[in-house]
Amino acid sequence: MLSKRIISCLDVRDGKLAKSVKFVDTIDIGDPVVQAKKYYEEGLDELVFYDITASSDKRNIMLDVVNAVAEQVFIPFSVGGGLRTVEDCSRVLLAGAEKINVNSAAVRRPELIREAAEAFGSQAVVLSMDILRVDPAPGLESGYEIVIEGGRRRMGLDAIEWAKRGEELGAGELVINSIDADGTKEGYEITLTRMVSEVVSIPVIASGGGGTPEHLYDVLTKGKADAALVASMLHYDEYSIDEIKDYLIERGIKIRKV
Amino acid sequence: MITIIDYKAGNLTSVQRALMHLGIENQISKNPDVIRKAERVIFPGVGAAGSAMETLKERNLDLALKESFERGTPILGICLGSQIILSMSEEDGNTLGLGILSGRASKFQFADETLKIPHMGWNAVKVVNPHPVLGHLNPGDEFYFVHSYYPQPESAENVFATSEYGFEFPVAVGMDNLFAVQFHTEKSGPVGLQLLKNFAKWRL
Repeated sequence: MLSKRIISCLDVRDGKLAKSVKFVDTIDIGDPVVQAKKYYEEGLDELVFYDITASSDKRNIMLDVVNAVAEQVFIPFSVGGGLRTVEDCSRVLLAGAEKINVNSAAVRRPELIREAAEAFGSQAVVLSMDILRVDPAPGLESGYEIVIEGGRRRMGLDAIEWAKRGEELGAGELVINSIDADGTKEGYEITLTRMVSEVVSIPVIASGGGGTPEHLYDVLTKGKADAALVASMLHYDEYSIDEIKDYLIERGIKIRKV
Repeated sequence: MITIIDYKAGNLTSVQRALMHLGIENQISKNPDVIRKAERVIFPGVGAAGSAMETLKERNLDLALKESFERGTPILGICLGSQIILSMSEEDGNTLGLGILSGRASKFQFADETLKIPHMGWNAVKVVNPHPVLGHLNPGDEFYFVHSYYPQPESAENVFATSEYGFEFPVAVGMDNLFAVQFHTEKSGPVGLQLLKNFAKWRL
């Protein structure tokens, strides 16, 4: 039996760690390499790094971060943010990431998913989706819409349709990030996560809203997620990885313990 | 000194970084002569069997690897490396393997739709036949997997560890001086590093 994965997401800007709250304000909270190593040693299953660096001339700082992480962290990790071409993806993978994470660039040009899957294999391609709850409308029947640019721009694209399309194009995993839940610590978007899990046959990672171990339990069971992403719960030392994992094991979820 | 075979496999640098971290002397090489004379060899792998075999042949690494096996060089296969050592793989319309170990790489097939393919994530590895490379592991230790095919040696005595995913399947196989694991030991945290350490110290 596969274990459910606990993944942490580190937002990196100009080589420094930042955590967004509802995608608006961000504050620097540390060194991503130090943080990644700490989580690895504490038994985290996987890491995601989102590069939120604004200026493109500082993008290479991220490759240094990826290199440094790969030298010290021996669990899988993916990198996203600003990857627009197969060449961008290739640089990140060569620096030591297992997977690349595409989001806005894939919405604008879906072929990027296919190209990356052909070049590196589907197992290396994660499609991240930022999703807003909306009133159901023609073309947005599910009531969930894809947004880009950190949630500022609505794309008129139904999230469930985009998830299916992503899988067809060759994505190996999906990150379901709820803009409504992000930063609230009030729980994951269970309905949305379950809707996606039920229509695709690739792993689904729930993101946004995790505030307590019980929230993880809910999204891994009712939400049918294969993995849950945690950020502020860990970043602000509200819970340790052990506390989260012990809670889930206690409630009968299969979880890896180091 | 461990020589990591370079045939464009994606996890080559990850394997090297893990060895560096452990302070184990290593080099990467695509030179068949270096592989033939190597003290110890790691045969990594990510990707499809067909194109991997093509690259191995192009670089004359297929014969070099077989020769080093025959010379008694300790060899560790990882992921695709645990499949290509077999006689054949069902991938890419039946690809002929190196045939060092009799058997085939078979594709996962499940009637149960909740079992996703690839088998991706952490899973427990059960030792069914103790082996020095699997030393210092504890029951329930989990390793990281990403694969759609799994190694199936003809003889059960070539299977050293198994995992459970829909059914029990081989994840560590070997014969004489050859040992190979389906999981990514280089990305499996402390237990994965322990396995690499065991391989570096393996005396036949």
